[in-house]
Amino acid sequence: MSANLLIKDGRVLDPGAGVDQVEDVLITDGRIARLGKNLRAPAGTAAVDASGKVVCPGFIDVHTHLREPGFEYKETIASGTRAAAAGGFTAVCCMANTVPVNDNRAVTDYILAKARVEGVVRVYPIGAVTKNLAGAQLAEMAEQAEAGCVAFSDDGLCVMNAELYRRAMEYALPFGTPIISHAEDCNLAHGASMHEGFVSTELGLTGQPAAAEDAMVARDIVLAELTGAHVHIAHISTAGAVRMVRDARARGVRVTAEATPHHLLLTDEAVRSWDPNTKMAPPLRGKRDVEALREALADGTVDCIATDHAPHALSDKEDEYAAAANGVVGLETAVAVLLDRLVRPGLLDLPTLVTRLSTGPARLLSLPGGSLAPGAVADVTILDLERPWTVDPSSFRSRSRNTPFSGWTGAGGPWMTIVGGVAVTP
Amino acid sequence: MAWKQKDLLSTQDLDANEITEVLDTAESMKEIASREIKKVPALRGKTVVNLFYEASTRTRTSFEIAGKWLSADVINVSSSGSSTEKGESLLDTAKNIEAMSPDVVVVRHKASGAPALLARHLRCAVVNAGDGAHEHPTQALLDLLTIREKKGHLEGLNVTIVGDVAHSRVARSNIHAMRRMGITVTVAGPPTLIPTACQELGVKVSHRLEEAIAHADVIMMLRLQQERMRSGLIPTLREYSRVWGLTLARLAQCRPDVLIMHPGPVNRGVEISPEVADGPYSVILDQVSNGVAVRMAVLFLLAGAKAERGSGGEG
Repeated sequence: MSANLLIKDGRVLDPGAGVDQVEDVLITDGRIARLGKNLRAPAGTAAVDASGKVVCPGFIDVHTHLREPGFEYKETIASGTRAAAAGGFTAVCCMANTVPVNDNRAVTDYILAKARVEGVVRVYPIGAVTKNLAGAQLAEMAEQAEAGCVAFSDDGLCVMNAELYRRAMEYALPFGTPIISHAEDCNLAHGASMHEGFVSTELGLTGQPAAAEDAMVARDIVLAELTGAHVHIAHISTAGAVRMVRDARARGVRVTAEATPHHLLLTDEAVRSWDPNTKMAPPLRGKRDVEALREALADGTVDCIATDHAPHALSDKEDEYAAAANGVVGLETAVAVLLDRLVRPGLLDLPTLVTRLSTGPARLLSLPGGSLAPGAVADVTILDLERPWTVDPSSFRSRSRNTPFSGWTGAGGPWMTIVGGVAVTP
Repeated sequence: MAWKQKDLLSTQDLDANEITEVLDTAESMKEIASREIKKVPALRGKTVVNLFYEASTRTRTSFEIAGKWLSADVINVSSSGSSTEKGESLLDTAKNIEAMSPDVVVVRHKASGAPALLARHLRCAVVNAGDGAHEHPTQALLDLLTIREKKGHLEGLNVTIVGDVAHSRVARSNIHAMRRMGITVTVAGPPTLIPTACQELGVKVSHRLEEAIAHADVIMMLRLQQERMRSGLIPTLREYSRVWGLTLARLAQCRPDVLIMHPGPVNRGVEISPEVADGPYSVILDQVSNGVAVRMAVLFLLAGAKAERGSGGEG
């Protein structure tokens, strides 16, 4: 396979560069060479007819659990990156909560080596903030940054010790890597399996109040202000947290945020099904929270969409609700459900969605990509806005099937994923 | 009226007609308890499995007697000494039991939603005998039967439920069922024991006991679990009992025909004083007797409905 490719007659949409027109994209040696109408490619260059399709900068998921090493029965780097490619993602950032934890250079090296050999999209590891995610001692962040970690996070757990978290933020300053917060006060969230509200009252499930997230987002903003660090709020889910992030940014605090498709499309009402695939942390929130998230996605308070792809085997999930594992897969459904449920009804415009999936995450973590400008790496996601779909978990490339969107139907989704000029799907 | 429901998981699934049918059926079952030979052949050849993952004397015994008086074969499986100790999942245990072709599985579990999980996977009827803080529908039905017996009707009554509503499956099942029958429900307790957005259940919420019970036709006291102190919801049992305990002095301020109920087991001297629990207004033991009748009715209706569905070829 050559890394030369001519993408013909697609609607080229690169919102960051103000490009939105039907033209060709010429890729040579794995990089964008030129945009323009009726481009001539060097002899022997493969061509793709993208007429009627939308050609976008490659989508990047800044929040993926690839589960390897340690939980290969849930997902592997091979299966997870194939799921990413199928879902239109050209790069994923994988979280540190593997076994062993990615809290040292050896694990980072292992992930990157595996990804080079077995992965089909780019893989950027995220290192742990604290050793073994224990929240007690800093991980060796300098070496990890050197090895290629693009951010640091104890995702899945909240670093409750504010003093330690402050030091982590300070220590990471020279690396230019953000600290990603799983903002959830573990005392306020103790024992909870869903959002606290009327639905939790009816179901008799322990709920965690929105305040569990709000309190920690408030703390993390204050610490970002104190240290000058860049703090990124993972899977923001409450109206209160959105409001605080918006206010802090207006003050010039370096705080960013991501939102997941499930928090943008579902509320705690979904838990009434008792389907454990509606269980995740943070939990599905109320209607007003969803409205606030959508608003924040449109106005840029939410910088990017992230899937929080969290594969679990049936045996981890198909249990009493309170005992079921937290998390849902998302790589293979994110783009399709957002196109159909937000863009198609006019709740979000397509350029904004594309920005939040490409340029937004690339800028957030200073990653290559997120652009179709000449010279940029040729990571491209091509969308077909008309293709009808039904979410069928049995057809997932992921090793896991735990989606809350099973059986959903709609139209529009990824059509081709190109990494470094090479088509990795279909 | 032919019974339509496959399972009994929540009183929310029952409309007023269905509740009335259970109560009427239960009333006719009560006669059996007074017979010399307490046995009718209604469920002969049927198998009822009591699957209890949580300690229970009253409810398990009640279901067992109900099944036996109807001539069903009743098997008790409790979590101690069974496969759950070997780490088998709830679903695996249930599927194994189903492979032995029971007609009804009665399940009690500490996790809210566990009976719903079973119902989704099992072909036989599933009866919720209490799941976490979610529901305990047969308790609500036996409470309604007791109230109807004593008051002659349900519509228009005022019922006050006092105590740990947040963790009470009895409260939830009663609230839904009572509202459906036209009863006005008030819940009362310290704010830490009243769940979020409780008013949206269609009840009045009070944080003063005297005010909440003054006009009640029925007062239902809930059991207070010791662990509520450890989790910081109340300071001490002593204070709880002083502020929220139903005493003779407080009872004196209530309606002269008030009924005192308690789902049991009673913490004497905590939520209710012994004189009140054993006093003339108390119908606590009537509740227990009616429990058997209501469970007979539920087993009878569900097993009967299953037979009808079966003959319709739906399995």
